[in-house]
Amino acid sequence: MSSDAVVSLESVSKTYATGAAEVHALREVTLRIDRGEYVAVIGPSGSGKSTLMNILGCLDVATSGRYELNGVDVEDLSEADLAAVRNTHIGFVFQQFNLLPTLSAWRNVELPLLYAGVGRAERRERAQQALGRVGLAQRVDHRPSELSGGQQQRVAIARALVTDPALILADEPTGNLDSRSSEDVMALLDELHTSGRTIVLITHDLEVAAAAERSVTVRDGELVDLDGQAAA
Amino acid sequence: MSTPALRAPRVRAGETLGIALESVRTHRMRSLLTILGIWIGIASVTLTVGLGQGAQQKVAEQINSLGSNLLVVSPGSSTTGGVRGGRGTATTLTTADAQALADPAVAPDVAHVAPVRTTSSVLTQGTTTWTTTVTATTPDWLGVRARTLSSGRFLTAADETTAAHVLVLGDTTVSELGLRTGVGSTVTLGGTAFTVVGVLAASGSTGTTDEDDLAVTPMSTADQVLGSTTTGSVSSIYLEGASGDRLSAAYQEAYAALATRHDTSATTTTGTTGTTGTTGTTGTGSTSADFSITSQQSLVQAATATSRTLTILLAGVAGISLLVGGIGVMNIMLVSVSERIREIGLRKALGAPPSLIRSQFLAEACLLSLAGGILGLGTGYLGAAVLPSLLDQPVTISLPASFGALGVALAVGIVAGVYPASRAAQLAPIDALRSD
Repeated sequence: MSSDAVVSLESVSKTYATGAAEVHALREVTLRIDRGEYVAVIGPSGSGKSTLMNILGCLDVATSGRYELNGVDVEDLSEADLAAVRNTHIGFVFQQFNLLPTLSAWRNVELPLLYAGVGRAERRERAQQALGRVGLAQRVDHRPSELSGGQQQRVAIARALVTDPALILADEPTGNLDSRSSEDVMALLDELHTSGRTIVLITHDLEVAAAAERSVTVRDGELVDLDGQAAA
Repeated sequence: MSTPALRAPRVRAGETLGIALESVRTHRMRSLLTILGIWIGIASVTLTVGLGQGAQQKVAEQINSLGSNLLVVSPGSSTTGGVRGGRGTATTLTTADAQALADPAVAPDVAHVAPVRTTSSVLTQGTTTWTTTVTATTPDWLGVRARTLSSGRFLTAADETTAAHVLVLGDTTVSELGLRTGVGSTVTLGGTAFTVVGVLAASGSTGTTDEDDLAVTPMSTADQVLGSTTTGSVSSIYLEGASGDRLSAAYQEAYAALATRHDTSATTTTGTTGTTGTTGTTGTGSTSADFSITSQQSLVQAATATSRTLTILLAGVAGISLLVGGIGVMNIMLVSVSERIREIGLRKALGAPPSLIRSQFLAEACLLSLAGGILGLGTGYLGAAVLPSLLDQPVTISLPASFGALGVALAVGIVAGVYPASRAAQLAPIDALRSD
């Protein structure tokens, strides 16, 4: 395995037991994403796309198969260890922004650093840098309710960047935004990619997916190439 | 990156407390209502225990004001036609008994002896009359009963031998008779003129008896003036032990001496009960004893036991209100957990380990309870300052009790917070993030 692989999934399956029936959300998925890649994961709802995103984000663990994130085998990790892996290696951008409404922009951005055990002064400095990076240097003390949707998502992107993670996982980042803000956010992701970030974009929108260099499609829990055949 | 950073991040306790404090602050109304439960609980526990301790102290002070190291010998019951009367109905104690007990050879641990015979008599001063308790006794009475004089002198040995017509009056008696000067006045008792030689300093009332309404006169004078039927017999004999730790020895000596004089079979068996100061008649085989000895200690014990029972009862009721307050904290914390599922999920996604989520919620519960505890204690102290003047009842709040109350508040917070906190910690981040 090359050390350049940020994501390496090997025959990963996920089954949920709902009552007597077993639901195969993911079947034998194999996927490799290298450092610096910008990959879109496309799929309609119910395709297993969300399950894939949860497993990629270490929010859930696979039933079988092997997943290495940035060289860390996340199989059989405890909840606390998974939390540490998420904290160190992944930056999340959610459709719902998921900012804490009572905290100002920089206090939202510093949260991952807080859980990483970084001291307060350094947290503030790094949070302000990240907010500057997304063009919100003038808004560090604003609460989410005082910001537009696009600005809120940019705060969320700043939060994803602040720990300097190996992987940025964006789950429908434009799903709650108007077209102008969407363009804004997509331009920002493009820019991050250009500066060398590894980005996985999860979406059902082919237009949004077009921004990525490479697309993979999930259908019925399997990865397919654009011809609709099972990917190697 | 082949060396993964898998060590769980360390977050300082101060940061956790800060997050908890912020959460308390941002949900002001909810926090206040939660605090209120603990507030009321701690305030009522503090006040009831304070009231109880105040009452105990008051009772103890009152009893101690009767005299320290005091033993009281009372006559036993008289048997009339096979029916036993109550304690004190017999007139079996005599001045001779008192003299015997005063003998250091008989009872070396008894320091002072004051036989007392009380009768209710009318005092007259000019046209004013007043019925009071005339106490015939010896000069030792003053010390044994731990009384002091506000003016004049007390009875002397010379008064006793000459059967002088002198009186020492209580504070209340002086004012009821309308005496301006007190000492030097002439008061008529049983048709005989008496000179007031001293006035006792006020000592307050013990329950129903006014300790300041009395007239004290020598035993010999009373024998002459107040009828002959009671001559030689006394209502009770007050004994003062040489010291506090020799009181039980004094008790045994007095008991043995009186038992011999009164020809009672039970003498030694009852001696063992002397340490707790129980009455002589409770000893085995001593039913024939025609006297009983009560110690001050036993009175204090009985009285404090009563008020302690009351305190426990009240504190129990207050404790229930504290319990209700604790359940309130748990309830609010559970509501808070389900209200903040998204927040918890997000924090977990961003790398907060379960232990940190748990301590965050636990810290929040503790903060709320501690705040309630401090406010409750403040209210308790305020009550302790205000209530005594309203209720005429002392309230004593001790420092250890205050710390105890805070400890209880904290414990309530921990107990009430554990379950909600572990529920929060166990939430799966995806489920939490998904909920809307």
